[in-house]
Amino acid sequence: MSLSVHFFLKSDTLFIRLSGELDHHSSSQLRERINTLMEQYEIKNIVFNFKNLSFMDSSGIGVMLGRYNQVKKNKGLLLACDLNGSIEKIIKLSGLYKILVITKDEEQASNYLGVA
Amino acid sequence: MKNKRDNYAEVTFEAISENEAFARIVVAGFIMPLDPTIDQLNELKTIVSEGVTNSVIHAYDSKGGKIKLILESYQNDVTVTIIDYGKGIEDINKARELFYTSKPEEERSGMGLTLMEVFSDEFYMSSKVGEGTVIKIKKSLELSKEMSA
Repeated sequence: MSLSVHFFLKSDTLFIRLSGELDHHSSSQLRERINTLMEQYEIKNIVFNFKNLSFMDSSGIGVMLGRYNQVKKNKGLLLACDLNGSIEKIIKLSGLYKILVITKDEEQASNYLGVA
Repeated sequence: MKNKRDNYAEVTFEAISENEAFARIVVAGFIMPLDPTIDQLNELKTIVSEGVTNSVIHAYDSKGGKIKLILESYQNDVTVTIIDYGKGIEDINKARELFYTSKPEEERSGMGLTLMEVFSDEFYMSSKVGEGTVIKIKKSLELSKEMSA
């Protein structure tokens, strides 16, 4: 199973719904697509939705760290929602918990950012 | 007492990023008869994914080469061996440090080896510059099953 990604914008926030598997191979395509969108639109915050992601390894952490560094420049936030078992474990081990905002789902993320 | 080896599989494949998913499917298929929990399955897939990715990116600098994946089971213990014939690692201790990466420009998190160690019960690594790297891990599927029961 490869990675499929669904993007949508709500005001200045980019929502990224991931499904399938995020590894080194699929992360390079994901990174390029996010970077293209960030060049085209004024994006302050990014919300990653992990609901349908069945696998992620440390390459996914690399992608999130890279995006965190981008949104930080505009004082934006990086959010992650719908974390499940092993992905949550990897995010915890990575220390990303300290720099990103974890919410239960997209609705909570929207409320948090005030983009509902 | 030395456990008898119950099952064995060996596959050699090209060191390209497409084969990271292939290697995960191989390990998932191999351990299926052992009835792993979802966590155990995901952890073994992560171990294999990290190891193969390291060989693709670091051992062969994304230029391709050969990776050998060996899987063995002894009752409820599984071992995974990942061998490459790439450039090798000069300083293994440095490579094993959490968040250390030799390729920060590629947004590598520096977590790969740490995750492999955390998700396995035993971890061995040896490397020779110019000859390649061998990583072998052992994971007991019984232990964590009892713990999660």
